[in-house]
Amino acid sequence: MSKTIAEINDKIKKGKAVVVTVEELIGLVEEKGVSKSAQTVDVVTTGTMGPMCSSGAYFNIGQPKPKIKLGGGKAYLNDIPVYTGLAAGDFFIGAGALPDSDPRNKIYPGKFAYGGGHAIEDLVAGQDLRFTATAYGTDCYPRKELSTWLSIRDMNEAVLFNPRNIYQNYNVAVNLSDRVIYTYMGILKPNLGNANYCSAGQLSPLLKDPGFLTIGIGTRVFLGGGVGYIAWWGTQHNTSVKTNRNGVPTAPAGTAALIGDLKQMSPEWLKGASFTGYGATMVVGVGVPIPILNEEICRHAALPDEKLSTRIVDYGRDYPQGRMRDLGTVNYAQLKSGTIRVRDKQVPTASLSSYPRAIKIASILKSWIEEGRFFLTERVGEFPGPGSGYSYHPLKERPIT
Amino acid sequence: MISKRIVLHFPRDLVSEPTISRLVKKYDLECNILRANITPRQVGIMVLGLKGGNKQYKDAIVYLKSLNITVQPLSQDVTWNEDLCTDCGACVTICPTEALTKDPNTQKVRFDKDACIGCELCIPACPMGAMEVHF
Ligand code: SF4
Ligand code: SF4
Repeated sequence: MSKTIAEINDKIKKGKAVVVTVEELIGLVEEKGVSKSAQTVDVVTTGTMGPMCSSGAYFNIGQPKPKIKLGGGKAYLNDIPVYTGLAAGDFFIGAGALPDSDPRNKIYPGKFAYGGGHAIEDLVAGQDLRFTATAYGTDCYPRKELSTWLSIRDMNEAVLFNPRNIYQNYNVAVNLSDRVIYTYMGILKPNLGNANYCSAGQLSPLLKDPGFLTIGIGTRVFLGGGVGYIAWWGTQHNTSVKTNRNGVPTAPAGTAALIGDLKQMSPEWLKGASFTGYGATMVVGVGVPIPILNEEICRHAALPDEKLSTRIVDYGRDYPQGRMRDLGTVNYAQLKSGTIRVRDKQVPTASLSSYPRAIKIASILKSWIEEGRFFLTERVGEFPGPGSGYSYHPLKERPIT
Repeated sequence: MISKRIVLHFPRDLVSEPTISRLVKKYDLECNILRANITPRQVGIMVLGLKGGNKQYKDAIVYLKSLNITVQPLSQDVTWNEDLCTDCGACVTICPTEALTKDPNTQKVRFDKDACIGCELCIPACPMGAMEVHF
């Protein structure tokens, strides 16, 4: 009874595709079983929206008269240094970039009020930003200075390009030390004062296709309110982690690199964020459609929070030192209940990833497909999958003497 | 005469009651506990109204600080900007009074203004800048 993506796209065109969100699929499978559900459903939509630091965007500004060579020079967008090691008219800005004048953690904990993620959000919102550049001047690009207002409409291309997004599962962060710590997982109170997690759990895209049976290079996705694509597997992609009985990783595992036209996106789904004591970043909304080609894909996509679990990690001492101590495993239903048990202590939980936004993304993507505005793509390349041996390894330093 | 409302952050293991009665006896201040949120073995928070002589008030603050109690003025107003809030929940475990809570069913964050003591702990905890202080 297996289907093909071409068949599903045909149904989408005719307005006959059965599209459900993960939450709806879970209900359906509970009621009718995997086999029936896999027959009925064509596409299930996932969603997630959380801080994703490895995000950024590249642009082409179009040449002023006389021309300027940004490449090898210096440029700033709203005082944030941007990367100019490219051609004359291109630059890249990363979500974690900060103005030179930001005091960082000199006044601890730093605020990081405005960074690259905020600048990208402002551009997407249509605002004018200050762009200043200095260059060394060449015969073909004589200009040495540029200072102009710049909006997304002024640019030829504005492309969001995120080297690592939508982590397949993530740590639960706790703090076993006796002082407050400020991390990318939020403020962690001492002596197991709180536990922060960062995943949409049952709605999270890569958790729903744990073996990368459908998701791969070329998969079309919802990205920041527009349409994007999976460009590659993400940095730190790791297929060598523990899995549970259902073959789902119980620790941070796969990742994806995403690309999309920034001009189509909206500040509702792309937001600058500031983590006190840590830095600036960007909150990115992503939704991935999963074609229900067979029962196996359906069974995985329908796994509820209770059957998806992750590990608890101490960010007080272990994480910064690169040590791994097992503080236990919890499932996402427990995490979402508001408290978990760690070392015989009831610890209140909080999420950094927004579940209500994840629900909204899954339902927007569902309506796009139902309305025939979004078709599924056949992937053009596969991710290294479970059993491939592809894994993350820490740096072995080789000191330069 | 001075009349002020302040927020005290008690370190763990410091019992609050004798401290307050000391303020009354030694510094001759009128104390009004507006809100207290002190649970055993946890950092406690108390909102206190103080009335009395200027010098006594100043000395009392020095005394409190000598006990490692953090003293801050009560903010006029801490507000929740719903438009900026993404319902992540990073503030929920930081707020000492449950003014910020998450509905376990919808996972949406709610702000109960009446329960807020203006301690401002949520300000650095919110990555989206959705918690705002107004003076
Ligand atoms: S100021 Fe913030 S942390 Fe403090 S009580 Fe009010 S909502 Fe809670
Ligand atoms: S931390 Fe900020 S954005 Fe997150 S739920 Fe609280 S108020 Fe909303």
